[in-house]
Amino acid sequence: MMEVCGSSNVTLREFGSEQSLLSRPDGSASFIQGDTSVLAAVYGPAEVKVSKEIYDRATLEVLIQPKVGLPSVRERAQEQCVRETCEASLLLSLHPRSSLTLILQLIHDDGSLLSCFLNAACVALMDAGLPMSRLFCGVTCAIDADGQIITDPTAAQEKESRALMTFAIDATERQVMMSSTRGSFSVHELQQCIAVSQKASEKIFQFYRDSVRRRYSKTL
Amino acid sequence: MKDTPLSNCERDFLLKAIEEKKRLDGRQTYDYRKMKITFGTDFGCCFVDLGKTRVMAQVSGELVTPKENRPNEGIMFFNIELSPMASPAFEAGRQSELSVKLNRQLERCLRNSKCLDTESLCVVSGEKVWQIRVDVHMLNHDGNLMDAASIAAITALCHFRRPDVGIQGDDVTVYSPEERDPIPLSIYHMPISVSFSFFQQGTYLLVDPCEREERVMDGLLMIAMNKHREICSIQSSGGIMLLKEQVMRCSKIASVKVSEITELISKALENDKKARKTGGKCGFAESMPQERITALKMDETPVEMTDVTDRANDIVQKAEAPPQTVPSPLVPVPGVGQVGQGLHNTWGLEEEEEEEEEEEEENDNDNSGEEQEETKMEEEQHEKEESRGGDVVEISDSEEEEVVILHPEKPDKAPTNTGSSSYQRGAATSKKKQKQ
Repeated sequence: MMEVCGSSNVTLREFGSEQSLLSRPDGSASFIQGDTSVLAAVYGPAEVKVSKEIYDRATLEVLIQPKVGLPSVRERAQEQCVRETCEASLLLSLHPRSSLTLILQLIHDDGSLLSCFLNAACVALMDAGLPMSRLFCGVTCAIDADGQIITDPTAAQEKESRALMTFAIDATERQVMMSSTRGSFSVHELQQCIAVSQKASEKIFQFYRDSVRRRYSKTL
Repeated sequence: MKDTPLSNCERDFLLKAIEEKKRLDGRQTYDYRKMKITFGTDFGCCFVDLGKTRVMAQVSGELVTPKENRPNEGIMFFNIELSPMASPAFEAGRQSELSVKLNRQLERCLRNSKCLDTESLCVVSGEKVWQIRVDVHMLNHDGNLMDAASIAAITALCHFRRPDVGIQGDDVTVYSPEERDPIPLSIYHMPISVSFSFFQQGTYLLVDPCEREERVMDGLLMIAMNKHREICSIQSSGGIMLLKEQVMRCSKIASVKVSEITELISKALENDKKARKTGGKCGFAESMPQERITALKMDETPVEMTDVTDRANDIVQKAEAPPQTVPSPLVPVPGVGQVGQGLHNTWGLEEEEEEEEEEEEENDNDNSGEEQEETKMEEEQHEKEESRGGDVVEISDSEEEEVVILHPEKPDKAPTNTGSSSYQRGAATSKKKQKQ
């Protein structure tokens, strides 16, 4: 059984976000975790192609654009993770036969990329005003060679790690909505990482609340 | 996703305002919008804001084999991505006309003008040269993408540092940025494009059109120039016919604008160099404006871990025990693996038919002479006839077809089945003769 010792490794890097920074999309946000930064934009509800329309729900499309080159299989896998999380939290049945498009542009990757995508997606969806049943956030945990759990790892820490896990945690009950892992780990370690991520998610949700409160401080 | 079309009253309003020398945002005819240049964390990443138009450029380099007809020159590759983020009209992965046009213009502006010294990118002649790749992403489309893209591309090229390379005899060592400082590219001059939009068949001219103005314009003239007043490329599109004086006037305006923009770029590069030298953090994170209410930053926070191990133990104990036995695979025949037994056939075929098929297959597999086969089959045929009551089917000589009567115990259905054929899973073949 792995012991988790000390709280020195379990920190979240400094994070920040800016909302409504682009004028064309219906909602946009940038999310920064340490040096990892991501830009998200949402269009919708808008017209959908007949081939893609669903009769009782909106069609959610997620596009991840890398910085260099064309999107490859890795981006498709990340898109799938983000799309499944968003579909579980958006109220898609309120906009049947419409399309919602979420575009994520990578600005700089310094580790914890998938969780940064998830956070940026949630803030952009909030900024667009799309109805959601719950908010979500992404937390990445890495287990390094000594068995220590590191949250929000940098790219260097990710490279040295034995296992890397990203969880999407929901805001209402702190449950795991999506998990994406690589590497080998025991059942105990998995449960510990989930518990750590749930704790860490509280900080992120507090940050969401603070940024929305600040945003509407002049109007409310 | 389709873009909202421009309404007629918007179009009339814009054209009328232009006739009265008024622009939507209050600019003068020859004014550029507010331009802001920022840099990212790594070298070669540059953001350009031209009013609300936002563009990001990233330069990267890798070692490749050179082209055969130019063995001692490096390769430059440009790619403009019209990201769907920039406008609902842009579709992912589709090479639209606008995308082709912008790519071509950027290539002509930067590659054909030889602004970059490609011979300095050669490492080993004929074997290894640097390929410099410039990716420009459109983040927000509010008009004049070409100018923003050209400024971003040339600024990113000036900002980029490639890894240092050491050659000792036949050995080539590429040093990482930690071992040796990376070196900048050698840039001769900075070509920058300036766009002019024409309205009412060339009567009115506007510099740096915004998105609405672009929609109602008749034609576009793009002049790429450097600060030494050398024209690098000219492109006129839209089919408008311009007079010589108009083109000369535009080039004079362009030279003024280009020198202003070049100064802005140099200042931005200087500031960034100073910031990096003092060791200050630089990048997208730092350039996020703090004073706006739409932006918020939080410092590094520790996460409480007090009862994590207990909770984890709790959950693991409450969970079900994992299944201990895993069925191990059998190997009935070399090359075939079997796990489990499989399910019962649920296709709903009659049992009799299954027996028939088996018999037919047995007959076919029997290699004891044709006569025997035929007699056997005839016997079988007789049997079948008796059971079916005389509904026989003749098929062609094709060996591939097999005919199966679907409901042999219901003679009234026989006529409909006669002549029909169905293909079975096993490709067992049989020949039946027509009996009278």
